[in-house]
Amino acid sequence: MSQSINNTFSKTGKLIFGILLVVLCFLGIIAFTSNSEESKGELNVKEMIFSHIGDAYNWHITTIGKQHISIPLPCIVIGQNGLDIFCSSKLGHEGHYTEYKGYTIAEEGSNAGKIVEVSTGERPIDISITKNVVSLLISCALLLIIFLSIAKKYKKNGFCKPTGLQAILEPLIVSLHDDIIKPSIGKNYKKFTWYLLTVFFFIFINNLLGIIPIFPGGANLTGNIAITFVLAALTFLLTNLFGTKGYWKEIFNPDVPIGLKCPLPIMQFIEFLGIFTKPIALCIRLFANMFAGHVMVLVLIGLIFVFSQLNVIAGLGFSFVSVLLVVFMSLLECLVCFIQAYVFMTLSALFIGMAQVEEEHE
Amino acid sequence: MSLLTPDPGLLFWMLLCFLIVAFILGKWGWPAIVGMIEDRGNYIEESLKKADEANAALAGIKAENERLAAEAKNERLEMLKEATKLKEKMIEDAKTQATVEANKIIENAKESIQLEKDNAVKEIRSQVAEISVNIAERIIRGELKSNESQIDMINKLLDEVNIAKS
Repeated sequence: MSQSINNTFSKTGKLIFGILLVVLCFLGIIAFTSNSEESKGELNVKEMIFSHIGDAYNWHITTIGKQHISIPLPCIVIGQNGLDIFCSSKLGHEGHYTEYKGYTIAEEGSNAGKIVEVSTGERPIDISITKNVVSLLISCALLLIIFLSIAKKYKKNGFCKPTGLQAILEPLIVSLHDDIIKPSIGKNYKKFTWYLLTVFFFIFINNLLGIIPIFPGGANLTGNIAITFVLAALTFLLTNLFGTKGYWKEIFNPDVPIGLKCPLPIMQFIEFLGIFTKPIALCIRLFANMFAGHVMVLVLIGLIFVFSQLNVIAGLGFSFVSVLLVVFMSLLECLVCFIQAYVFMTLSALFIGMAQVEEEHE
Repeated sequence: MSLLTPDPGLLFWMLLCFLIVAFILGKWGWPAIVGMIEDRGNYIEESLKKADEANAALAGIKAENERLAAEAKNERLEMLKEATKLKEKMIEDAKTQATVEANKIIENAKESIQLEKDNAVKEIRSQVAEISVNIAERIIRGELKSNESQIDMINKLLDEVNIAKS
Protein backbone atom coordinates (compact mmCIF):
# COMPACT_ATOMS: atom_id res chain seq x y z
CA MET A 1 0.00 0.00 0.00
CA SER A 2 2.60 2.51 1.09
CA GLN A 3 4.89 1.31 -1.67
CA SER A 4 2.33 2.11 -4.35
CA ILE A 5 1.84 5.57 -2.82
CA ASN A 6 5.57 6.04 -2.89
CA ASN A 7 5.71 4.94 -6.50
CA THR A 8 2.98 7.30 -7.61
CA PHE A 9 4.60 10.07 -5.65
CA SER A 10 7.98 9.52 -7.27
CA LYS A 11 6.34 9.33 -10.68
CA THR A 12 4.52 12.63 -10.20
CA GLY A 13 7.71 14.05 -8.74
CA LYS A 14 9.61 13.09 -11.87
CA LEU A 15 6.86 14.51 -14.05
CA ILE A 16 6.85 17.83 -12.20
CA PHE A 17 10.62 17.96 -12.39
CA GLY A 18 10.53 17.33 -16.14
CA ILE A 19 7.97 20.03 -16.76
CA LEU A 20 9.95 22.46 -14.65
CA LEU A 21 13.06 21.70 -16.65
CA VAL A 22 11.27 22.35 -19.95
CA VAL A 23 9.78 25.62 -18.69
CA LEU A 24 13.13 26.79 -17.41
CA CYS A 25 14.88 25.97 -20.67
CA PHE A 26 12.16 27.74 -22.61
CA LEU A 27 12.33 30.84 -20.42
CA GLY A 28 16.08 30.87 -20.75
CA ILE A 29 15.96 30.74 -24.51
CA ILE A 30 13.32 33.47 -24.72
CA ALA A 31 15.29 35.69 -22.37
CA PHE A 32 18.46 35.07 -24.30
CA THR A 33 16.98 35.60 -27.78
CA SER A 34 15.14 38.76 -26.74
CA ASN A 35 18.30 40.00 -25.06
CA SER A 36 20.47 39.23 -28.06
CA GLU A 37 17.99 40.95 -30.34
CA GLU A 38 18.19 44.05 -28.20
CA SER A 39 21.96 44.16 -28.02
CA LYS A 40 22.34 42.78 -31.52
CA GLY A 41 25.52 41.20 -30.21
CA GLU A 42 26.57 37.82 -31.47
CA LEU A 43 27.62 35.44 -28.75
CA ASN A 44 31.28 34.71 -28.88
CA VAL A 45 31.44 31.21 -27.36
CA LYS A 46 35.20 31.13 -27.18
CA GLU A 47 35.29 34.40 -25.26
CA MET A 48 32.52 33.22 -22.96
CA ILE A 49 34.38 30.01 -22.17
CA PHE A 50 37.70 31.71 -21.55
CA SER A 51 36.18 34.37 -19.36
CA HIS A 52 34.58 31.62 -17.26
CA ILE A 53 37.63 29.49 -16.79
CA GLY A 54 40.13 32.33 -16.59
CA ASP A 55 40.95 34.59 -13.72
CA ALA A 56 39.32 37.98 -13.17
CA TYR A 57 39.66 41.02 -10.94
CA ASN A 58 36.02 40.82 -9.90
CA TRP A 59 33.72 37.92 -9.31
CA HIS A 60 31.02 38.11 -11.94
CA ILE A 61 27.85 36.43 -10.73
CA THR A 62 25.25 37.19 -13.38
CA THR A 63 23.99 39.81 -15.80
CA ILE A 64 20.34 40.79 -15.68
CA GLY A 65 19.46 42.81 -18.75
CA LYS A 66 22.44 45.12 -19.03
CA GLN A 67 23.11 45.22 -15.32
CA HIS A 68 26.28 43.33 -14.37
CA ILE A 69 26.09 41.80 -10.93
CA SER A 70 29.55 41.10 -9.65
CA ILE A 71 31.56 41.25 -6.47
CA PRO A 72 34.43 43.75 -6.78
CA LEU A 73 37.67 42.49 -5.29
CA PRO A 74 40.71 44.39 -4.00
CA CYS A 75 43.61 45.02 -6.37
CA ILE A 76 47.08 45.10 -4.87
CA VAL A 77 49.82 46.29 -7.22
CA ILE A 78 53.39 47.44 -6.74
CA GLY A 79 54.37 49.62 -9.68
CA GLN A 80 56.52 52.67 -10.32
CA ASN A 81 54.65 54.66 -7.66
CA GLY A 82 55.03 52.00 -5.02
CA LEU A 83 52.26 49.99 -3.39
CA ASP A 84 48.69 50.72 -4.45
CA ILE A 85 45.59 49.07 -3.09
CA PHE A 86 42.22 49.85 -4.62
CA CYS A 87 38.90 48.30 -5.50
CA SER A 88 38.59 46.57 -8.86
CA SER A 89 35.32 48.41 -9.57
CA LYS A 90 37.45 51.59 -10.00
CA LEU A 91 38.82 50.10 -13.21
CA GLY A 92 35.39 49.73 -14.78
CA HIS A 93 34.12 46.45 -16.10
CA GLU A 94 34.40 44.28 -19.14
CA GLY A 95 33.89 46.23 -22.33
CA HIS A 96 34.91 49.63 -21.00
CA TYR A 97 37.85 49.73 -18.67
CA THR A 98 38.80 53.03 -17.08
CA GLU A 99 42.04 54.39 -15.73
CA TYR A 100 42.72 54.67 -12.03
CA LYS A 101 45.93 55.80 -10.27
CA GLY A 102 47.84 55.23 -13.50
CA TYR A 103 46.62 51.65 -13.90
CA THR A 104 44.14 50.13 -16.27
CA ILE A 105 43.24 46.71 -17.62
CA ALA A 106 44.68 45.92 -21.02
CA GLU A 107 42.08 45.26 -23.70
CA GLU A 108 44.32 43.29 -25.99
CA GLY A 109 47.83 42.04 -26.47
CA SER A 110 49.79 39.59 -24.40
CA ASN A 111 48.57 41.24 -21.18
CA ALA A 112 44.90 41.26 -22.16
CA GLY A 113 42.62 41.28 -19.13
CA LYS A 114 45.48 42.04 -16.76
CA ILE A 115 46.30 45.24 -14.89
CA VAL A 116 48.96 47.29 -16.72
CA GLU A 117 50.51 50.67 -16.15
CA VAL A 118 48.97 53.23 -18.46
CA SER A 119 52.24 55.04 -19.09
CA THR A 120 54.36 52.09 -20.14
CA GLY A 121 51.87 49.33 -20.87
CA GLU A 122 54.03 47.06 -18.69
CA ARG A 123 52.78 44.75 -15.92
CA PRO A 124 53.39 45.96 -12.36
CA ILE A 125 53.97 43.43 -9.60
CA ASP A 126 50.42 42.28 -9.26
CA ILE A 127 49.31 40.43 -6.15
CA SER A 128 45.65 41.37 -6.46
CA ILE A 129 43.02 39.31 -4.71
CA THR A 130 41.50 37.95 -7.89
CA LYS A 131 38.60 35.59 -8.30
CA ASN A 132 40.91 32.60 -8.06
CA VAL A 133 42.60 33.97 -4.95
CA VAL A 134 39.23 34.46 -3.27
CA SER A 135 38.30 30.93 -4.21
CA LEU A 136 41.64 29.77 -2.85
CA LEU A 137 41.03 31.60 0.41
CA ILE A 138 37.54 30.14 0.68
CA SER A 139 38.83 26.62 0.12
CA CYS A 140 41.68 27.11 2.59
CA ALA A 141 39.23 28.40 5.18
CA LEU A 142 37.00 25.40 4.51
CA LEU A 143 39.93 23.03 4.88
CA LEU A 144 40.97 24.62 8.16
CA ILE A 145 37.44 24.70 9.54
CA ILE A 146 36.70 21.11 8.56
CA PHE A 147 39.90 19.49 9.68
CA LEU A 148 40.57 21.53 12.79
CA SER A 149 37.01 20.87 13.97
CA ILE A 150 37.52 17.18 13.30
CA ALA A 151 40.82 17.19 15.13
CA LYS A 152 39.13 18.91 18.05
CA LYS A 153 36.41 16.31 18.02
CA TYR A 154 38.98 13.53 18.11
CA LYS A 155 40.66 15.13 21.08
CA LYS A 156 37.37 15.66 22.87
CA ASN A 157 35.71 12.35 22.08
CA GLY A 158 38.79 10.26 22.65
CA PHE A 159 38.13 6.67 21.75
CA CYS A 160 34.40 7.17 21.20
CA LYS A 161 32.63 6.26 18.00
CA PRO A 162 33.13 8.96 15.35
CA THR A 163 30.09 11.05 14.47
CA GLY A 164 29.03 13.50 11.76
CA LEU A 165 31.71 14.90 9.48
CA GLN A 166 34.31 12.95 11.38
CA ALA A 167 32.58 9.69 10.50
CA ILE A 168 32.38 10.67 6.82
CA LEU A 169 36.03 11.62 6.49
CA GLU A 170 37.58 9.06 8.78
CA PRO A 171 37.45 6.13 6.33
CA LEU A 172 38.94 8.37 3.65
CA ILE A 173 41.75 9.60 5.89
CA VAL A 174 42.42 6.10 7.18
CA SER A 175 42.54 4.55 3.73
CA LEU A 176 44.80 7.27 2.36
CA HIS A 177 47.07 7.09 5.35
CA ASP A 178 47.23 3.33 5.77
CA ASP A 179 46.93 2.14 2.19
CA ILE A 180 48.83 4.78 0.24
CA ILE A 181 51.11 6.92 2.34
CA LYS A 182 52.49 4.19 4.58
CA PRO A 183 53.18 1.53 1.93
CA SER A 184 54.42 3.99 -0.72
CA ILE A 185 56.89 5.85 1.44
CA GLY A 186 57.98 3.25 3.91
CA LYS A 187 59.31 3.86 7.37
CA ASN A 188 59.82 7.61 7.04
CA TYR A 189 56.21 8.25 6.14
CA LYS A 190 55.54 10.46 9.15
CA LYS A 191 57.72 13.21 7.69
CA PHE A 192 55.44 13.57 4.66
CA THR A 193 51.95 12.83 5.99
CA TRP A 194 51.15 16.51 6.54
CA TYR A 195 51.92 17.39 2.92
CA LEU A 196 50.21 14.44 1.25
CA LEU A 197 47.00 14.60 3.22
CA THR A 198 46.80 18.38 2.82
CA VAL A 199 47.43 18.07 -0.92
CA PHE A 200 44.72 15.48 -1.34
CA PHE A 201 42.06 17.39 0.50
CA PHE A 202 43.14 20.71 -1.00
CA ILE A 203 42.77 19.40 -4.55
CA PHE A 204 39.61 17.48 -3.73
CA ILE A 205 37.85 20.42 -2.12
CA ASN A 206 38.90 22.81 -4.88
CA ASN A 207 37.80 20.40 -7.59
CA LEU A 208 34.42 20.08 -5.93
CA LEU A 209 34.07 23.83 -5.48
CA GLY A 210 34.95 24.19 -9.15
CA ILE A 211 31.96 22.20 -10.35
CA ILE A 212 29.47 24.16 -8.25
CA PRO A 213 28.25 26.74 -10.80
CA ILE A 214 27.20 29.53 -8.39
CA PHE A 215 29.05 31.95 -6.16
CA PRO A 216 31.22 30.25 -3.55
CA GLY A 217 32.24 27.76 -6.20
CA GLY A 218 32.68 28.00 -9.90
CA ALA A 219 36.22 29.31 -10.03
CA ASN A 220 38.45 27.08 -12.07
CA LEU A 221 41.21 26.91 -9.47
CA THR A 222 42.65 23.43 -9.95
CA GLY A 223 42.35 23.96 -13.70
CA ASN A 224 44.79 26.83 -13.38
CA ILE A 225 48.40 26.10 -14.15
CA ALA A 226 49.72 28.34 -11.34
CA ILE A 227 48.00 26.23 -8.69
CA THR A 228 49.07 22.88 -10.08
CA PHE A 229 52.55 24.26 -10.64
CA VAL A 230 52.93 25.19 -6.97
CA LEU A 231 51.68 21.77 -5.86
CA ALA A 232 53.97 19.94 -8.29
CA ALA A 233 56.89 22.15 -7.25
CA LEU A 234 56.31 21.25 -3.61
CA THR A 235 56.27 17.56 -4.49
CA PHE A 236 59.50 18.10 -6.42
CA LEU A 237 61.14 19.84 -3.47
CA LEU A 238 60.03 17.24 -0.95
CA THR A 239 61.17 14.42 -3.23
CA ASN A 240 64.63 15.80 -3.82
CA LEU A 241 65.40 17.56 -0.56
CA PHE A 242 64.68 14.43 1.45
CA GLY A 243 66.13 12.05 -1.15
CA THR A 244 68.45 9.42 0.26
CA LYS A 245 71.90 8.42 -0.95
CA GLY A 246 70.37 5.40 -2.64
CA TYR A 247 68.09 7.64 -4.66
CA TRP A 248 70.93 9.82 -5.95
CA LYS A 249 73.03 6.77 -6.64
CA GLU A 250 70.27 5.35 -8.82
CA ILE A 251 70.25 8.56 -10.81
CA PHE A 252 73.96 9.12 -11.31
CA ASN A 253 75.13 5.52 -11.21
CA PRO A 254 72.17 3.36 -12.14
CA ASP A 255 72.33 -0.41 -11.97
CA VAL A 256 72.39 -1.02 -15.74
CA PRO A 257 74.84 -2.61 -18.21
CA ILE A 258 78.01 -0.54 -18.32
CA GLY A 259 77.54 0.32 -22.02
CA LEU A 260 74.47 2.32 -21.23
CA LYS A 261 76.22 4.65 -18.84
CA CYS A 262 79.95 4.69 -19.48
CA PRO A 263 81.07 6.40 -22.67
CA LEU A 264 77.84 8.35 -23.07
CA PRO A 265 75.80 9.03 -19.91
CA ILE A 266 72.52 8.02 -21.55
CA MET A 267 70.89 6.51 -18.49
CA GLN A 268 72.12 9.32 -16.25
CA PHE A 269 70.62 11.79 -18.66
CA ILE A 270 67.29 9.99 -18.75
CA GLU A 271 67.19 9.57 -14.99
CA PHE A 272 68.12 13.19 -14.43
CA LEU A 273 65.42 14.31 -16.83
CA GLY A 274 63.03 12.07 -14.93
CA ILE A 275 63.51 14.16 -11.81
CA PHE A 276 61.83 17.04 -13.62
CA THR A 277 59.40 15.25 -15.90
CA LYS A 278 57.66 13.49 -13.03
CA PRO A 279 56.45 16.65 -11.26
CA ILE A 280 55.77 18.36 -14.61
CA ALA A 281 53.52 15.45 -15.55
CA LEU A 282 51.76 15.86 -12.21
CA CYS A 283 51.26 19.55 -12.85
CA ILE A 284 49.97 19.16 -16.41
CA ARG A 285 47.76 16.16 -15.60
CA LEU A 286 45.76 17.89 -12.90
CA PHE A 287 45.58 21.16 -14.82
CA ALA A 288 44.49 19.54 -18.10
CA ASN A 289 41.92 17.26 -16.52
CA MET A 290 40.16 19.95 -14.57
CA PHE A 291 40.50 22.49 -17.33
CA ALA A 292 39.05 20.09 -19.90
CA GLY A 293 36.17 19.20 -17.63
CA HIS A 294 35.21 22.84 -17.25
CA VAL A 295 35.59 23.50 -20.96
CA MET A 296 33.41 20.51 -21.82
CA VAL A 297 30.57 21.70 -19.58
CA LEU A 298 30.84 25.25 -20.90
CA VAL A 299 30.94 24.11 -24.52
CA LEU A 300 27.81 22.03 -24.02
CA ILE A 301 26.03 24.97 -22.40
CA GLY A 302 27.36 27.29 -25.10
CA LEU A 303 25.94 25.03 -27.81
CA ILE A 304 22.43 25.85 -26.62
CA PHE A 305 23.05 29.50 -27.41
CA VAL A 306 24.79 28.77 -30.68
CA PHE A 307 21.78 26.76 -31.80
CA SER A 308 19.25 29.26 -30.54
CA GLN A 309 21.00 31.98 -32.54
CA LEU A 310 20.10 29.94 -35.59
CA ASN A 311 16.56 29.23 -34.61
CA VAL A 312 14.47 29.26 -31.40
CA ILE A 313 13.14 25.77 -32.03
CA ALA A 314 16.61 24.37 -32.68
CA GLY A 315 17.84 25.98 -29.46
CA LEU A 316 14.92 24.57 -27.50
CA GLY A 317 15.43 21.15 -28.97
CA PHE A 318 19.12 21.13 -28.35
CA SER A 319 18.74 22.41 -24.81
CA PHE A 320 17.31 19.01 -23.80
CA VAL A 321 20.25 17.17 -25.23
CA SER A 322 22.61 19.69 -23.79
CA VAL A 323 21.15 19.59 -20.29
CA LEU A 324 21.31 15.81 -20.30
CA LEU A 325 24.90 15.89 -21.46
CA VAL A 326 25.84 18.53 -18.90
CA VAL A 327 24.25 16.48 -16.12
CA PHE A 328 26.21 13.49 -17.32
CA MET A 329 29.42 15.52 -17.56
CA SER A 330 28.91 16.97 -14.11
CA LEU A 331 28.46 13.52 -12.63
CA LEU A 332 31.58 12.41 -14.46
CA GLU A 333 33.36 15.48 -13.12
CA CYS A 334 32.42 14.49 -9.57
CA LEU A 335 34.24 11.25 -10.18
CA VAL A 336 37.15 13.02 -11.85
CA CYS A 337 37.40 15.41 -8.89
CA PHE A 338 38.10 12.51 -6.59
CA ILE A 339 40.26 10.58 -9.02
CA GLN A 340 42.51 13.52 -9.83
CA ALA A 341 43.03 14.36 -6.17
CA TYR A 342 43.73 10.71 -5.48
CA VAL A 343 46.10 10.35 -8.41
CA PHE A 344 48.03 13.48 -7.54
CA MET A 345 48.47 12.37 -3.98
CA THR A 346 49.29 8.76 -4.84
CA LEU A 347 51.89 9.76 -7.40
CA SER A 348 53.40 12.32 -5.04
CA ALA A 349 53.61 9.64 -2.39
CA LEU A 350 55.22 7.25 -4.88
CA PHE A 351 57.77 9.81 -6.04
CA ILE A 352 58.65 10.71 -2.49
CA GLY A 353 58.76 7.01 -1.65
CA MET A 354 61.11 6.32 -4.55
CA ALA A 355 63.49 8.91 -3.16
CA GLN A 356 63.45 7.13 0.20
CA VAL A 357 65.09 3.91 -1.01
CA GLU A 358 67.78 2.46 1.16
CA GLU A 359 71.05 1.36 -0.34
CA GLU A 360 71.08 -2.14 1.05
CA HIS A 361 67.80 -2.94 -0.70
CA GLU A 362 68.99 -2.30 -4.23
CA MET B 1 48.92 31.68 -24.43
CA SER B 2 48.13 32.99 -20.98
CA LEU B 3 46.54 29.68 -20.03
CA LEU B 4 49.89 27.96 -19.85
CA THR B 5 51.85 30.79 -18.24
CA PRO B 6 51.29 30.82 -14.50
CA ASP B 7 50.24 34.18 -13.15
CA PRO B 8 52.82 35.40 -10.60
CA GLY B 9 50.18 36.94 -8.31
CA LEU B 10 48.28 33.69 -8.11
CA LEU B 11 51.53 31.76 -7.66
CA PHE B 12 52.37 33.97 -4.70
CA TRP B 13 48.98 33.63 -3.02
CA MET B 14 48.81 29.94 -3.72
CA LEU B 15 52.22 29.28 -2.21
CA LEU B 16 51.44 31.40 0.82
CA CYS B 17 47.96 30.00 1.44
CA PHE B 18 48.89 26.41 0.78
CA LEU B 19 51.94 26.50 3.00
CA ILE B 20 50.02 28.16 5.82
CA VAL B 21 47.20 25.64 5.56
CA ALA B 22 49.62 22.75 5.32
CA PHE B 23 51.55 24.05 8.31
CA ILE B 24 48.47 24.56 10.47
CA LEU B 25 46.97 21.21 9.52
CA GLY B 26 50.35 19.52 9.85
CA LYS B 27 50.75 20.92 13.33
CA TRP B 28 47.24 20.74 14.81
CA GLY B 29 45.15 18.78 12.33
CA TRP B 30 46.66 15.60 10.97
CA PRO B 31 48.73 14.46 13.95
CA ALA B 32 45.69 14.70 16.22
CA ILE B 33 43.44 12.92 13.74
CA VAL B 34 45.83 10.22 12.57
CA GLY B 35 47.31 9.76 16.04
CA MET B 36 43.91 9.34 17.60
CA ILE B 37 42.80 6.92 14.89
CA GLU B 38 45.93 4.85 15.42
CA ASP B 39 45.62 4.97 19.19
CA ARG B 40 42.03 3.92 18.92
CA GLY B 41 42.93 1.07 16.61
CA ASN B 42 45.54 -0.14 19.07
CA TYR B 43 43.14 0.29 21.94
CA ILE B 44 40.46 -1.73 20.20
CA GLU B 45 42.94 -4.45 19.31
CA GLU B 46 44.20 -4.58 22.85
CA SER B 47 40.69 -4.60 24.24
CA LEU B 48 39.76 -7.51 22.01
CA LYS B 49 42.83 -9.40 23.09
CA LYS B 50 42.04 -8.69 26.73
CA ALA B 51 38.45 -9.77 26.23
CA ASP B 52 39.67 -13.03 24.74
CA GLU B 53 41.98 -13.57 27.65
CA ALA B 54 39.20 -12.75 30.10
CA ASN B 55 36.91 -15.19 28.30
CA ALA B 56 39.53 -17.90 28.52
CA ALA B 57 40.06 -17.15 32.20
CA LEU B 58 36.32 -17.18 32.75
CA ALA B 59 36.05 -20.55 31.03
CA GLY B 60 38.82 -21.81 33.34
CA ILE B 61 37.00 -20.48 36.37
CA LYS B 62 33.79 -22.08 35.20
CA ALA B 63 35.46 -25.45 34.77
CA GLU B 64 37.03 -25.08 38.18
CA ASN B 65 33.67 -24.19 39.65
CA GLU B 66 32.08 -27.20 38.06
CA ARG B 67 34.84 -29.39 39.35
CA LEU B 68 34.42 -27.96 42.83
CA ALA B 69 30.67 -28.41 42.66
CA ALA B 70 31.07 -32.01 41.58
CA GLU B 71 33.56 -32.59 44.36
CA ALA B 72 31.25 -31.02 46.92
CA LYS B 73 28.43 -33.17 45.68
CA ASN B 74 30.54 -36.31 46.01
CA GLU B 75 31.61 -35.29 49.44
CA ARG B 76 28.06 -34.68 50.48
CA LEU B 77 27.05 -38.06 49.18
CA GLU B 78 29.86 -39.67 51.05
CA MET B 79 28.99 -37.83 54.21
CA LEU B 80 25.39 -38.88 53.86
CA LYS B 81 26.49 -42.44 53.37
CA GLU B 82 28.73 -42.25 56.36
CA ALA B 83 26.01 -40.72 58.46
CA THR B 84 23.64 -43.48 57.45
CA LYS B 85 26.22 -46.03 58.33
CA LEU B 86 26.84 -44.35 61.64
CA LYS B 87 23.15 -44.23 62.35
CA GLU B 88 22.79 -47.89 61.59
CA LYS B 89 25.74 -48.72 63.71
CA MET B 90 24.40 -46.67 66.57
CA ILE B 91 21.07 -48.39 66.35
CA GLU B 92 22.82 -51.74 66.23
CA ASP B 93 24.96 -50.82 69.20
CA ALA B 94 21.99 -49.61 71.11
CA LYS B 95 20.22 -52.83 70.31
CA THR B 96 23.06 -55.00 71.43
CA GLN B 97 23.54 -52.96 74.54
CA ALA B 98 19.88 -53.14 75.28
CA THR B 99 19.93 -56.90 74.78
CA VAL B 100 22.93 -57.25 77.07
CA GLU B 101 21.32 -55.05 79.65
CA ALA B 102 18.07 -56.92 79.39
CA ASN B 103 19.87 -60.22 79.68
CA LYS B 104 21.70 -58.94 82.69
CA ILE B 105 18.48 -57.81 84.29
CA ILE B 106 16.89 -61.13 83.50
CA GLU B 107 19.88 -62.91 84.96
CA ASN B 108 19.70 -60.85 88.10
CA ALA B 109 16.04 -61.46 88.34
CA LYS B 110 16.60 -65.17 87.89
CA GLU B 111 19.31 -65.13 90.49
CA SER B 112 17.20 -63.31 93.01
CA ILE B 113 14.27 -65.55 92.22
CA GLN B 114 16.50 -68.59 92.76
CA LEU B 115 17.76 -67.08 96.01
CA GLU B 116 14.23 -66.37 97.19
CA LYS B 117 13.23 -69.82 96.16
CA ASP B 118 16.13 -71.40 98.02
CA ASN B 119 15.39 -69.32 101.07
CA ALA B 120 11.77 -70.30 100.86
CA VAL B 121 12.68 -73.91 100.44
CA LYS B 122 15.11 -73.68 103.35
CA GLU B 123 12.51 -72.08 105.53
CA ILE B 124 9.94 -74.58 104.49
CA ARG B 125 12.42 -77.32 105.17
CA SER B 126 13.23 -76.06 108.64
CA GLN B 127 9.61 -75.55 109.38
CA VAL B 128 8.80 -78.98 108.07
CA ALA B 129 11.60 -80.39 110.23
CA GLU B 130 10.35 -78.56 113.27
CA ILE B 131 6.84 -79.64 112.57
CA SER B 132 7.91 -83.22 112.03
CA VAL B 133 10.06 -83.17 115.21
CA ASN B 134 7.09 -81.86 117.07
CA ILE B 135 4.88 -84.48 115.54
CA ALA B 136 7.48 -87.11 116.29
CA GLU B 137 7.78 -85.87 119.86
CA ARG B 138 4.09 -86.06 120.32
CA ILE B 139 3.97 -89.47 118.76
CA ILE B 140 6.86 -90.66 120.82
CA ARG B 141 5.31 -89.16 124.01
CA GLY B 142 2.20 -90.97 123.18
CA GLU B 143 3.93 -94.24 122.66
CA LEU B 144 6.28 -93.99 125.68
CA LYS B 145 3.59 -93.80 128.38
CA SER B 146 4.47 -97.23 129.71
CA ASN B 147 7.91 -98.48 130.82
CA GLU B 148 7.91 -101.52 128.61
CA SER B 149 7.34 -99.61 125.58
CA GLN B 150 10.20 -97.31 126.63
CA ILE B 151 12.57 -100.26 126.99
CA ASP B 152 11.45 -101.69 123.64
CA MET B 153 12.09 -98.47 122.10
CA ILE B 154 15.54 -98.20 123.54
CA ASN B 155 16.38 -101.64 122.37
CA LYS B 156 15.08 -101.00 118.99
CA LEU B 157 17.17 -97.93 118.74
CA LEU B 158 20.24 -99.69 120.03
CA ASP B 159 19.74 -102.37 117.42
CA GLU B 160 19.50 -99.80 114.79
CA VAL B 161 22.73 -98.20 115.99
CA ASN B 162 24.50 -101.56 116.01
CA ILE B 163 23.29 -102.41 112.58
CA ALA B 164 24.53 -99.02 111.48
CA LYS B 165 27.93 -99.78 113.23
CA SER B 166 28.30 -103.10 111.63
